[in-house]
Amino acid sequence: MKRTRALMASMLLLYVLGAGVSPAATVKLLNVSYDPTREFYEEYNKAFAAYWKTKTGDTVIVNQSHGGSGKQARSVIDGLEADVVTLALAFDIDALSMQGGLIPRNWQQRLPDNSTPYTSTIVFLVRKGNPKGIHDWGDLVRPGVAVITSSPKTSGGARWNYLAAWAWALKQPGGSDATAEAFVKRLYHNVPVLDSGARGATVTFVERGIGDVLLAWENEAYLARKELGPEKFDILAPSVSIVAEPPVSLVDQNVDEHGTRKVAEEYLTYLYSPQGQEIAARHFYRPRDPSVAAKYAQQFQDIPLLVTVDGLFGGWTKAQATHFADHGTFDRIYGR
Amino acid sequence: MKVNSSAAAALMGRKTRGVLPGFGLTLGYTMVYLSLLVLIPISAVFIRSSSGGWAHFWEVVTAPRVLASLRLSFGASLVAASINVVFGLIVSWVLVRYTFPFKRFIDGMVDLPFALPTAVAGIALTALYAPNGWLGAWLKPLGIEVAFTPLGIVVALTFIGMPFVVRTLQPVLEELDREVEQAAASLGASPLQAFCRVIFPALWPALLTGFALAFARAIGEYGSVIFIAGNMPMRSEIAPLLIVAKLEQYDYAGATAIAVVMLVLSFAIMFGINALQNWAASRHGER
Amino acid sequence: MGRLLLIVTALLFLCVFLVLPLLVVFAQALAKGFEVYYLAILAPMAWAAVKLTLLVAAIAVPLNLIFGVAAAWAIAKFNFRGKSALITLIDLPFAVSPVIAGMIFILVFGTHGWFGGYLRAHHIRVVFAVPGIVLATMFVTFPFIARELIPVMQSQGKDDEETALSLGATGWQTFWRVTLPNIRWGLLYGVLLCNARAMGEFGAVSVVAGHIRGVTNTMPLHVEILYNEYNYTAAFAVASLLALLALLTLAGKSILEWRQPELRHAVRRPRDRTRRAYS
Repeated sequence: MKRTRALMASMLLLYVLGAGVSPAATVKLLNVSYDPTREFYEEYNKAFAAYWKTKTGDTVIVNQSHGGSGKQARSVIDGLEADVVTLALAFDIDALSMQGGLIPRNWQQRLPDNSTPYTSTIVFLVRKGNPKGIHDWGDLVRPGVAVITSSPKTSGGARWNYLAAWAWALKQPGGSDATAEAFVKRLYHNVPVLDSGARGATVTFVERGIGDVLLAWENEAYLARKELGPEKFDILAPSVSIVAEPPVSLVDQNVDEHGTRKVAEEYLTYLYSPQGQEIAARHFYRPRDPSVAAKYAQQFQDIPLLVTVDGLFGGWTKAQATHFADHGTFDRIYGR
Repeated sequence: MKVNSSAAAALMGRKTRGVLPGFGLTLGYTMVYLSLLVLIPISAVFIRSSSGGWAHFWEVVTAPRVLASLRLSFGASLVAASINVVFGLIVSWVLVRYTFPFKRFIDGMVDLPFALPTAVAGIALTALYAPNGWLGAWLKPLGIEVAFTPLGIVVALTFIGMPFVVRTLQPVLEELDREVEQAAASLGASPLQAFCRVIFPALWPALLTGFALAFARAIGEYGSVIFIAGNMPMRSEIAPLLIVAKLEQYDYAGATAIAVVMLVLSFAIMFGINALQNWAASRHGER
Repeated sequence: MGRLLLIVTALLFLCVFLVLPLLVVFAQALAKGFEVYYLAILAPMAWAAVKLTLLVAAIAVPLNLIFGVAAAWAIAKFNFRGKSALITLIDLPFAVSPVIAGMIFILVFGTHGWFGGYLRAHHIRVVFAVPGIVLATMFVTFPFIARELIPVMQSQGKDDEETALSLGATGWQTFWRVTLPNIRWGLLYGVLLCNARAMGEFGAVSVVAGHIRGVTNTMPLHVEILYNEYNYTAAFAVASLLALLALLTLAGKSILEWRQPELRHAVRRPRDRTRRAYS
C-alpha cells in the first residue's frame, strides 16, 4: 500500500502547487494579451498599480501572458484563468463567447469605442533608404520584392495585413473581390517566410535580414525601429490601410470566480483615462482620446484612406469565414 | 498453452518466477502509472478525433495542405535519418577504431542534441544558417539557402537524430570480431569487399534500428524546426505546426485528426523497431 | 589515407552539426560582454523561470525514477505474457510528437476536457499551471529511466537476489542491499538523461503552460519570450545556461562511463557483475 500512499501524496503536492494562495489586500490579475503589447502593458501595469494603491490602498499585481492572439484565446477557452483579455482582434474575443461561453455575446458594447481603447494600422517597414523603391501596396507584387508577414491562420496581426492589402486592391479603379483575390495571391507569392506570429515575422525581417519590406502593426514598426536603431529602417505609409482595432474585455466567468470583477473593470476603464491613453500613445498606439491624439498626432503616419473591418468586410465573423477559415480565400492562395 | 485470465498468468509466472517477490507490486504499479500518464491521455486524442465523424476526419487528413505537411514531415525525417545513417556510421567507426586527439571529448559531445533543449537548438541553428549567420553567409554566394527552406528542416532533424544512430552502432562495432576482417584481408579481400561481405552483415540490424529511432524522433519534432523552417504552406510547413494552427482555430476535431495519423504512423514504426530488435536478438542468440 | 579521410569526414560532420551550434549560443550570449550576460541571467523573470524548471524536474524525475525501477524489476526479473508489448508501450511517448503530448493533457484536463468540469468546480488547476507542466514533462521523459534500467537488470539475472532471499533476507532488504548497488550506475545514468530532457522540454510544455510571465514560464519558454522581445543577448544568455546544463550532463555521463565502462554497451557481461556482487 506504500505505493498508493506515495501516489496520493504526490497528487496532493501537485494540487497544492497549482492552487496558489494569495495573501489579503493583494489582488492578482491575469491579463492575457497578444504579442506586440508586451512593452505597453509592462508600463501600463505599473501606472495602474500606483493608481489603484492611492485609490483603495490595495496592492494589485498584474501577471502578463503574451503569445499569438488565437493561441491565447484558445488557452483561455481551455482553462487559462484570465481576468481580462486584450487581444489582437474581435474575432478571438468572440470565440470566448461562442466557443467557451465565458463572456456574454454583447461584450463589445460594454466599453466605449467597440471596447477598443486604442487602435493601430498597418504600415510598411523597409530597409534604410528604401533601396527597392517601395511606396504603396502595388509595389509589393513586383518581381524581386520579398515581403515578410506572418500566417493569417495563426497570427492576428497577419489578418489585419491581409485585409489591408485586400482593401487597397478593392479601392483601385475597377477593383472587385476577384481582382483583390488575384492581387493578394500575387502578394503572398512574394512572401519567402511565413512565421506563425507577428513577432516572429519582425524577428525574421530585422534580425535575420530576410526580405525587403515587413508588413507590420504601426506600433510594432515604431518599436522595432526604436529598439534596433532608426538608422537601419524606414517606416512608409501606404495610400490605403485598415484601422486595426485590438479590443479588450473582462472574462466574466473568471473574475466572478476570483472575486476580481471590480478591479478588473477598473483596469480596463483606466485604459480610456488620459493617463492610460498617454501610455498607449507613447507605445505608438493611436489613442481614442481627442486631446491625447492631438498631442501625439505628429508621431503617426498620415494615411489618406483608412477603412474599417466593419465598414468594408461586414465585421469579423464574416471576414473570418470568407478569408481565413478552412477553404477561405487564404487557403485558395496556397491551394493545389 | 493458451491462457488468458490473470490467475492463469500468475500460475504460469510462478513456474518461471522462482522465489523473487514483488512481481505483482511492480507490474501493477507499472501498469497503473503507464495507463494514467500515457495510455488514457493518448486515448483522448483518438476519441476526440472521432467526434467530428469519419467523413470529417477523412476530409481533414486528405486536404492538400495536410497531405503536403505530412509528406514533408515524413520526407524530411527520412532524408535526415538517411544522412545520419551514413555519417553516423562513419562517426562511430572512427570513434571505435581510431585514436586521435580529443577523442573522449568528441565522443561525449555526440549526446549533445539529446541534452540540449530543442528550442535552444532551433535558435542556434537559425542564427548559424540564416543568410547573415556564420555558415549562411558562406553558403549564400554558392546559391545554397538553408534557413527558412525544407533544407533547414533536414538540418534540424539531422541534428536531433544523430546520437541515436551513433549510440546504437557503437556497441555493436566494439563487439565486432576484428579477426574475421583480418582473415578476410589475408584471403585477399579489399577493404571495401571486407566491409560489404563481413562488417555490413553484422551491422545492418543496428543500422536499421538507429535509422528507425532517428526517424521516429524526427517525425514529431517541433521546437527546433519551427525557428528554422520558414513555415510556408505546401512547402516548408511541418505536420506538428499544422496541429498547432488547427488548435488555434479552435478546431479540435481537425487537430486531433492529424495527430491520430501521426500517432498511428509513429506507433507502427515503434512496433517495427521492437520487432526488429527482438528478431535481431534471437538471431544473435542462435549463433 | 582512407583512415585520415574517414576521421576528417567524421570530425567535419560533428563540427558543423554539434560544435558550431553550441559555439553560436555562447558567442551570442556574450556578444555584449560579461556584464550584460550577468544582468540577463540574474533578472527576476529569468530566476523565476530557473526556479520553476528546477521544481518541475524535482517532481517529474523522481516519479519517473520510481516507475523506471518498478518496470525494470517486473520486466527483467520475471517472465510473463505480453512482456515485449509492454516494453513497446513504455517506449510509446518517445514516438509521440511533443505538440501532441501537450495537447492530450488539454483534452483530458482542459475546461472542455474529460475532467474539466469537475476540476473547475473544485478550483483545481492542472493545465496552465504547474501540475500541467509537470504532467507534460513526465510524459515526455517517461521512458528514459526504464529504458536504461531494463537491459542493466536483464544482464544481471536474478541469481544474486535469489541467493540473498535463500539466506533469509526480506524482499525489500534484497532490493536495497543487492539489487540497488548493482544497478546504481545505470540508475544515475538514466536520471541524468531524464533530468536533462525534463529541464529542456519545449514543445509539450509550451502547449500547456499558458506563458504567464514569472509564473508558468520554464527556462526554454523564457528563452523563446526573450527572443521575441528583441532581447537576443538575454535569450542566448538563458539558453547558454541550458547548454551548460547539457554539457554538465555530458560530463556526468562521461564520468559514469569511466567508472563503469560497460555501461555504454547494450550487451553487458553478467559474469563480472555477479562476481563483484559477491566479493
